[in-house]
Amino acid sequence: MFFLNTIWMVLLLPAAGATLMFFFGRHLEKKFVNAFCVGSVALAFLWAVAAVWQFTHSGMPHFEKVLFTWLGSGTDVMKIPSLFGGPGVFRVNAGVLLDPLSCVWLLFVTGVGFLIHLYSVGYMGHEGGYYRFFGYMNLFMFSMLTLILANNYLMMFVGWEGVGLCSYLLIGFYFDRHSASTAANKAFITNRIGDAGVILGSLTVFWMFGTFDFVRVTDMAHANASTLMGQPIIMWATLALFLGACGKSAQFPLYVWLPDAMEGPTPVSALIHAATMVTAGVYMVARSNALFSLAPKSMAVVAVVGAVTAIFAASIGLVQNDIKRVLAYSTVSQLGYMFLALGLGAFAAGVFHVFTHAFFKALLFLGSGSVIHAMSGEQDMRGMGALRGKIPITYKTMLIGTLAITGVPFLSGFFSKDEILWQAYSAHGGQFRILWYVAFATALMTSFYMFRLIYLTFFGQGRMSHEVEHHVHESPATMTIPLIVLAICSIFAGYLGFPQSLAKPLGIHAETNRFERFLAPVFENEIKVEARAETAAAPAPAPAGKPEGESMEYLLMLASVGAMAVGCGLAYWAYGKTKEKVREPINAFAPPVYRMLLNKYYVDELYDVTVTGRTAVGPVRGGAIGLGEACFVVDATVVDGGVNGAGWLTRAFAAISVWWDTWIVDGLCVNGLALVTRSLSYPARMLQWGLVQWYALVMVFGVAGLFCYYVLR
Amino acid sequence: MLAIAPVHYLVLAAILFVIGMVGVLTRRNVVIILMSIELMLNAANLNLVAFSRMYGLHGQAFSVFVVADAAAEAAVGLGILIAFFRNRETVNMDEVDLLKW
Repeated sequence: MFFLNTIWMVLLLPAAGATLMFFFGRHLEKKFVNAFCVGSVALAFLWAVAAVWQFTHSGMPHFEKVLFTWLGSGTDVMKIPSLFGGPGVFRVNAGVLLDPLSCVWLLFVTGVGFLIHLYSVGYMGHEGGYYRFFGYMNLFMFSMLTLILANNYLMMFVGWEGVGLCSYLLIGFYFDRHSASTAANKAFITNRIGDAGVILGSLTVFWMFGTFDFVRVTDMAHANASTLMGQPIIMWATLALFLGACGKSAQFPLYVWLPDAMEGPTPVSALIHAATMVTAGVYMVARSNALFSLAPKSMAVVAVVGAVTAIFAASIGLVQNDIKRVLAYSTVSQLGYMFLALGLGAFAAGVFHVFTHAFFKALLFLGSGSVIHAMSGEQDMRGMGALRGKIPITYKTMLIGTLAITGVPFLSGFFSKDEILWQAYSAHGGQFRILWYVAFATALMTSFYMFRLIYLTFFGQGRMSHEVEHHVHESPATMTIPLIVLAICSIFAGYLGFPQSLAKPLGIHAETNRFERFLAPVFENEIKVEARAETAAAPAPAPAGKPEGESMEYLLMLASVGAMAVGCGLAYWAYGKTKEKVREPINAFAPPVYRMLLNKYYVDELYDVTVTGRTAVGPVRGGAIGLGEACFVVDATVVDGGVNGAGWLTRAFAAISVWWDTWIVDGLCVNGLALVTRSLSYPARMLQWGLVQWYALVMVFGVAGLFCYYVLR
Repeated sequence: MLAIAPVHYLVLAAILFVIGMVGVLTRRNVVIILMSIELMLNAANLNLVAFSRMYGLHGQAFSVFVVADAAAEAAVGLGILIAFFRNRETVNMDEVDLLKW
């Protein structure tokens, strides 16, 4: 149990690499940078494999290890009443949680991460800021591992923010390029909108259950499922969390940052913006599955947003010319698939697609990086062509990736995508069947744009300049080895989730749906599709519609394979023999549609008008800038006007008050009264002349007078 | 020889009293004024003693009180005078007008 108990080393290794790079990287030689940074991730991968091995053989449902008390104290003074019981003590223990769900992420994050680090050694070899790049990459690994190994929402949020930061830093790696720094800002700010949702959601979870711990929240949600079902507060909490997932995983309203994130170096696009970070949203939703299961409305929102994102991004991908942007929209679209699965309650299917997607999308991105490398930095597919023979390893591996993503039978994408399509068709008794049509159309589009990419890049006639053509060369071994490894994974990863329905007719008796059953302890509340129920050990009474369901599943498989073939055929017809100039059939048939797709449905322009306000509509400016200007006007007129008005009024009152005080209070009342008294008292004063002898004389005369009066009268 | 009748005492007392009164009203020196007041008091004493021969001892008893009173008055008056002299270096009655207004 050594590796399991020291699982925190997996976090510490990349953190150490990053720290080393940030403080001393400038002075280190490239081979030391390689040794530390790639080595730390490689070691983390091995450690993770060993830990997962020990975990799966320990028989524990989950492994939780509290490392230290992060927030709050041991005195339990801060008691916060929670809605549905729970400890209600604000104390957050930083710890690691390893359960099947985090195992999956742990393995592919460290595994794919290691391969991409290795690839970067070749790809970034000629770039400046080599140590900086690897420092950021290691910091990213640390953040991502914190995110997936955290045992509570708050610690997960630390990782969540960390990956956002690294994403920002790496998109803006070429910060001297204006478009790169703008794209980095765009990614960061868009993610912040989602992060607000995560904060709100996490705090609402704490409010409800009095704890942030995943395990306890899940337990309480399961224990009180009947009373909590459909409670509005759970709906709002899950929707807030899903907003965060939308930001991080580039779902519909907040997806705009991901295509722009392609400004970063290609390994970054592969690691962060295809394989790992963008699946953090899926991870969080899957991690909160106990809560989401209690909020059917939120689930419906997740499913619909996922499906809409899938078809929306796929349709944009049909006409993009930048090789990386096609892949970026493909990523958005595939993430939509994952959320579709989650929203339908098929958490395991969604996670399975995350798993397979990590391999083939990383492969495709790294392949595109290899192509760009060969093309001396050219990214526009209209300037490529006929590279098949010149960079054969890249071509073959990319072709495997393409076959995997489009769902060619018995490659990984086929299993995971078909699982999702089948769930869309059958989940909740076919309630969401309309989403199946959407997903099916998306599958067709996926096939079309991926084969378009292949045909434009590797087939037809070379359209690059002679100088570039002369330079075309296969990438070095550090780049091709990861490609080959990922290609092998792309082929075979799907067999972990080999469906039961296929195993029987093919006469395979090996364990099926291993992936789903491995995750089963995590997704206790997952909906059980009837046709799949037979994998349960206990012989359940056979549902009536089962055979029909199974044949339906075959039919759907055939349909999606057909869609793949049609997409491939269309792409061949349109681009297979491209000569000098690329012909766009969509442009030929419906130019307005083509323009709309090429301009990404004008969503960026729409956001510029409504959200950022960079574009003014006539004299009116909306969005943030408009709001700022409006605020300025309000501030300058209303607020400052109020302040100045208050000042003016004070001065006016003060003037009146001075006048009143001078003339009325002091003048009339005080001095006037004194004057009256003074003038009235003047005659009396005249009597008091102060000479005692005179007073005595007056007295004598008075007595004499009185004497005379009484005597002489 | 004319017998001394009460009227003679009264006339003498009246003369003494008028002398004292004129002294109080006309003189400037406070000491002289105090002395004049003594004269007036003793004029009153003379009357008291004179009437006491005719009507009993009450008048004599009363005159003793007046003598005591005169002594006390002289003591207080001279005390004020000394205090005043220390301040103003004068005993002139015209200049004692501090309490005016």
